Amino acid sequence: MNISLLLEMAAEMFPDRVGLVCDGQRWTYAELLDAARGASVLIRQSGAQYVSLLDESCEAAVIALFGAALAGLPYCPLNYRLADGELAALLQRIAPALVIGDETRVMRIAGSQGHIAYSRDKFAAKALESLQNRASVDENLAEDIAVQLFTSGTTAAPKAAILRHSNLLGYILNSVEFGSAGEDEASLVVVPPYHIAGISALMSSIYAGRRIVMLPAFAPTDWLSLIETEQVTNAFVVPTMLARIIDTLASGAETDISSLRAIAYGGGKMPLEVIRKALGMFPDVNFTNAYGLTETSSTIALLGPEDHRAALASDDPKVQARLGSLGQPLPTVEIEIRDENGQVLPPNETGEIYVRGEQVSGEYRGKSALDDGGWFPTRDAGFMDEEGYLFLSGRADDVIVRGGENISPGEIEDVLLTHPAVADACACAIPSVEWGEAIGIAVVLRDMKARPTDQELKDLIRDRLRSSRVPDQIAFLQDLPYNEMGKLMRREVKKMLVD
Amino acid sequence: MKSGIRLKSAVCDTEVMVIHCDADVVECGGIPMAETKPATLGTLNAEHANGTLMGKRYVDAESTCELLCIKAGKGSLAIDGVSLAIKDAKPLPASD
Repeated sequence: MNISLLLEMAAEMFPDRVGLVCDGQRWTYAELLDAARGASVLIRQSGAQYVSLLDESCEAAVIALFGAALAGLPYCPLNYRLADGELAALLQRIAPALVIGDETRVMRIAGSQGHIAYSRDKFAAKALESLQNRASVDENLAEDIAVQLFTSGTTAAPKAAILRHSNLLGYILNSVEFGSAGEDEASLVVVPPYHIAGISALMSSIYAGRRIVMLPAFAPTDWLSLIETEQVTNAFVVPTMLARIIDTLASGAETDISSLRAIAYGGGKMPLEVIRKALGMFPDVNFTNAYGLTETSSTIALLGPEDHRAALASDDPKVQARLGSLGQPLPTVEIEIRDENGQVLPPNETGEIYVRGEQVSGEYRGKSALDDGGWFPTRDAGFMDEEGYLFLSGRADDVIVRGGENISPGEIEDVLLTHPAVADACACAIPSVEWGEAIGIAVVLRDMKARPTDQELKDLIRDRLRSSRVPDQIAFLQDLPYNEMGKLMRREVKKMLVD
Repeated sequence: MKSGIRLKSAVCDTEVMVIHCDADVVECGGIPMAETKPATLGTLNAEHANGTLMGKRYVDAESTCELLCIKAGKGSLAIDGVSLAIKDAKPLPASD
């Protein structure tokens, strides 16, 4: 199996359909396949062991992904936001690589590592030039590693997560109907190319026959105007993007976004207030919440448009609560909640989320994290309700263990967010001589609101939860630290509280 | 049969990729398929000429075989003369 099949099939069925729009340039599926085939020749002749991208989203991401697949090498896009030292260390781990993007930087920070670097334009031009030599180089459709992604590695050296062709193809073939998109459909892709969602977005759209419209860097006004000019029908956003889009529209931006039919979101916890506002603002748009991890080839559970509407319309608190859930597992994925001893827990009990399926790799360079039964421990904590709706409580590592009692930061944050002066909140463990761990909270205030006293916040938590949830330390911050995917960086908050 | 291998029809343009398959032989248009295409195409059996559709999955009644059509053609797919059916898939909303 090889993911190149996805682009080959799209080019066979819709050779002249535009598959990608980037920086005003349009690529048909046939042109993309030619470029990927040419790139595979270039890659094979280069002697590289990896193909890497050090760039924002651009056409090179598609050409490199499928070019690497056709050449039988792993595609390993890197985060260009990393500092020089961190980046050089990752480049060393994939040397020698053919790196596309910031060639000057690659040569400056890793010039002695044996890499071959091209700018995105030079790479595309050279790939098309190399197409004529295609007969001289065999394609290598080895059933091996398609993609390698480095985890963010906040505590130790980044881990190299591996996705095999069989994982990625399993995900796409099981979740996308081939050629199901009409010629008028377009998907706006704004997630970074080194993130699993950025890679799966390319594969899903191509297999569905849905035009990819790339926005290299997110700004709400650019996002809105691309929707209008490209008549975009589908989009994926992270929660912070959706919040900013809503604010921009609410402040009177005049953009016609009536072409938009569906918005999928994921990558971090969506505040209920934001999704409620969005549902009210776009009553005709289908919203889907997607939950997945790098190690699972993207989405493993989703909350679909009907679930969103049912939750909004229902009087039943159980159904209403599902607006804050991750939805149900994909039909081809199994999910279990287990306790620390590995025992499967009944509905509504919180434990660690385990997942199994064809798309789940659970594998790092040199080591698989799967258990004997093929289950992957996600390190995410959560529970499932009686109908199989999955709720996320946070990272298993973020659970606060206070005097032997497990406390999920989410339950404290949810209560803090009900205070009229609180705009954002984060709870995390701080060291305590008495309890082992105690609770620290960081709070961001709404503009123009008076700061509540510490006692007021403590009382709120004591009244709504119980005394063991009351924080020992309270800090007021201007902002909470989020990464570019909208994920709250709890460790940074913890560091601020401890320091 | 090994999953991932591609089989070509001996009578038409049809090509499939094996998702999984217990049987050793899959027919298209009434004639066994193979990994390489014959120099000259055979004759399409009129009883197995309903055609294949690109991107559809084909399964037998017992789910011992599942094939993905990666190139459409005039022949239809069968195992031991019994036609394979298109697998019903519930569409999922786009999530990425």
